[in-house]
Order: sequence, then structure tokens, then C-alpha cells
Amino acid sequence: MSASDHLIPVVVSKVVEVNSIIKRFEFKHIHGNELPAFSGGAHIVVEMLDGSTKRKNAYSLMSSPFERGQYAISVRRDDDGRGGSKFMHEKVEAGMKMNISAPVNLFSLDLRARKHLMIAGGIGITPFIAQMAQASELGAPFELHYAARTAAQAAYMDSLQDRFGDNVTCYCDDAGGGPDLAELLSDQPLGTHVYVCGPKGMIEAVVKTATDLGWPAAHIHFEHFLSPPVGQAFSVHLAKAGIDIAVGPEQSLLEAIEASGTPVNCLCRGGACGQCETRVVTCDGDIAHNDHWLDDDQRASKQFIMPCVSRFRGERLELDL
Amino acid sequence: MSESLIEESILSRPTYGTLAIAPGLAHYFVADASGAECVIRVAQAAPKGFMEKVHILYVPTPGENALITALYALGAKRFEHFPTIDDAIARLGDWLADAKMGSQLYLAGTEGLIGQAVAKGEECGLDHTAVQCEHRGSLARRVQCVHCKTMIEKVTTQPVKCPSCDLLLLVRDHYSRRLAAFQGVCINAEDPTEEVEIREVFK
Ligand code: FES
Repeated sequence: MSASDHLIPVVVSKVVEVNSIIKRFEFKHIHGNELPAFSGGAHIVVEMLDGSTKRKNAYSLMSSPFERGQYAISVRRDDDGRGGSKFMHEKVEAGMKMNISAPVNLFSLDLRARKHLMIAGGIGITPFIAQMAQASELGAPFELHYAARTAAQAAYMDSLQDRFGDNVTCYCDDAGGGPDLAELLSDQPLGTHVYVCGPKGMIEAVVKTATDLGWPAAHIHFEHFLSPPVGQAFSVHLAKAGIDIAVGPEQSLLEAIEASGTPVNCLCRGGACGQCETRVVTCDGDIAHNDHWLDDDQRASKQFIMPCVSRFRGERLELDL
Repeated sequence: MSESLIEESILSRPTYGTLAIAPGLAHYFVADASGAECVIRVAQAAPKGFMEKVHILYVPTPGENALITALYALGAKRFEHFPTIDDAIARLGDWLADAKMGSQLYLAGTEGLIGQAVAKGEECGLDHTAVQCEHRGSLARRVQCVHCKTMIEKVTTQPVKCPSCDLLLLVRDHYSRRLAAFQGVCINAEDPTEEVEIREVFK
């Protein structure tokens, strides 16, 4: 069972071109019903039917958690990706019917925090837009530091500064670069929680800087981008089902398992939540572990794989499914 | 060296470790006379420059001066001493109100001091993983009478008589982190005439 087993039928109510690489999509329930409640930082899984290919990608909700009539997501076009973002950009139009999962939150605000310090890079801004709506409604102190490559690519920068004023500080690489993390993280009142969403390097830098300064791990929250990498096609044997399945270059192993009708757990579809952890029965080859879940020993043992993001190269892979 | 002698018990009964320097921007120490040696030990083994980030609060035993001098000589950024635990804890609250993320709290001494400092740290937004405790000295307990809510300091006997409501209390290992106190529950509620021997057990 997983959240994406119970899909919600929606209609695309609006598509907005935010800039040359980012589009915003808004969804309403097909019968106009209220959509499920969520909290800032939650994501949904969007099902994309592209000819015979079925893709499922996770996107953070950016709409206000207090607005249940519609959901909004933003999608950055990635031409080297698996084609999900390209499909969203090229094929999805207002009026189209789609299915989405109920929201799941793996990146929620810790409501015990005295202050929320948010650090966003690029499209990593989206969960914070929902979180800021929540924090400001709750009257919780917050501060956003938002870095983007160029002003032209900095989605929502102006509107966020208008809406949240001094709580928002923006940085552009073409105008001097991102925040001085050591300085920023050295000057936060006791009880602050830090949240970071953006490119891998940014997340690592924030986590390392905070940890070195003595921030407790429980006060450091991060969300990696949820997007399975592309790779070479490979085939897998599912031991319990007794079948062989083929995984296409732009398909994730999880999607291929689902397409075969074999039950498999999942939640985040981005290697973060641990739900899809699967035992490996035989592995003659190399597993490309792309997840943030397994520890080094588990990886080296070749006894576990996270099918939502990880891939295989070699002679034979047999899974306990 | 008088290492801690606390026996294993139920989960809520606090256990203590040995103070060791953790990464941090500022280091706050609170100790009473029995814990002073722990502060001195950590300071003497500390890397260069560490004491510039150190703030010490100390509760001496009345009339004692040698440890005040020894602690002062460590050259901390701030050093203050107070006659009572309550005063020192209030001061800790003032200091932590201005403290930044990256602060570490080190507590050494009796359980009464440690418990109240832990509660103050939590109240000020300090994560429990940023707090280290080393128990030294008496095992005397701070006990709350669960019936009339009176706090009884420095309890060494089992059971103990509540000075406020006169009930005879069994001092449990059940510990409240919020109150920084062990729970004292009437030991002869069914038959108040029952005689129970009072023995000194928390030395
Ligand atoms: S579905 Fe979350 S780790 Fe795979």
C-alpha cells in the first residue's frame, strides 16, 4: 500500500509560465470537492500518462495550506531528466484531467521552533512558499534566504519580497552569490530550526556548517530534490512474483515494478522516506544507490535497494518481491 | 575520584555521563561544589582559545573559597557565583535568553542542580542533545509531594515526611524532567496508622 494507490482525480485549472524554465500548475478536484488538508513542506505525486509510459513524479505543494480549493506546484524543466518535467511543460494544459496522490509531508516545520530559518536554492523554493504562508498565519517568526542562479530564473522572488517583506532575503549568482552560511548560522537565537531545500551541494554545505557550529541534528531539516535519475535499461527478476521485468532508460525501477502489477511500498518516490526498501536476493553486478536512506554498510552488502531512485548494471538482479 | 553511583532503574530515572567538549560557539557550565572538579578537568584539557567561549556559573558551599579561586583562575569569558541553586539557575536563564544556536550546556554536581538547569535549558529552547550532565556528590533528591505539590529539597530518606501536608511519602524513581523532581507518593494511604521505618538511603 502507498499514498499513490489512492489517487485523486483532478483537472488542471491553470498553467502559468513563471519564467523560461519554470511553469506553475494548479489543480482542482474534478467535482470541485475540497482537497485533503496538508501542512507546509508536503508534496504530492503526479501521475503522467504519456502514451504507453506511466510516470509518477513528486512535487512540493506551494499553495497555502489554508487553501483547500486547489493545489499548486511548480515544475522546472529538465531536458536531461526522465521526461516527466518535459511532459508537464509540453503536454499539460488547462482543462486536462490528471490523477494526483494525497499529500505526504516529509519536510514539515517543527512547531516547537522559536524561529524558522529557511534556506532555498532555485526550484527548492516551492515547499517554503507553503511553509511561509503557514508560519505567518501562525505568527511564528521566520526568515527565508533564497538563492538563484540569475535574477531571470529566480521564480517568485519579487512576489515573495512583496508578500513577506524583510523576512525574505534574496541572492543571485550573477549579483554576488549566496548567503554567508557561517555568518548566518552563527547568529540565530536559541531554539531556531533550519530548513534547506535546493541542490545537493547547498544541502551538504548547510548541514555541515550547522553541525560544525554545534547545531543539534534535530534542529537541521533538509529535503533533497525528489527526482529519480535516468540511466541504462536493465532487467530484474522478481523472485516471489516469478517474473522478469525490464526497466527502461527513463523509467525508475519502482515504476517498472508497479507497471508489472507487483505490489511494492512507496511514499516519497525520491529515496528519502525508506518505504520502498527492498531485499536483494541475488546481485551479480553493481547497484547504483541513489537514495539518501541506506547507510554505507547496507549499500556495501548489496542486500538492499531503494527501487524509487536506484538502478542496476550487471548480469543479474533478483529482488524479494 | 568520586564517580557517580546511580543504579539502573526505570526509564524516567535520569542517568549521567562524563563531560566532554562538544563543537560549539559558546559553552555554558553550571556546577556546585561537588561538580567543580569536573569543570576544572574539562578546562585543563581544552584546546587553546576554548576558554574565550566559556561562561561559568558556580554555587559554592557556604564559607568555601578555594574552588571559587580555582574556577576563576581558569580564565573564562564570564564567571559568576551565587549562594543558591535557584539564583544560579535564574542567572542561567538570563544568559540563555541572549544565547545563539551552537551553544552547549555542561552541568556538574548534585541532581538538584542538574535537574533544574536541564529544565531551564529546555525552557530556553536548548535541545537535550546540547546538554551534558556529570553527577557528583550527594544522591540527595529533590522530591515533589504529588498530593500537595510541595517541593522538598535534599531528601535523603526513604520514605520522607512532607513538611507541608504531613503525609509519609515513598520517593519513587519516577522523575519529572519538567519539574526537575522525583515523585513522592503517600506510602500508607490505606492505613495511615501503619508504621513505616524511615531509613537514610540517598546519601
Ligand atoms: S519511496 Fe521513499 S525511499 Fe523509495
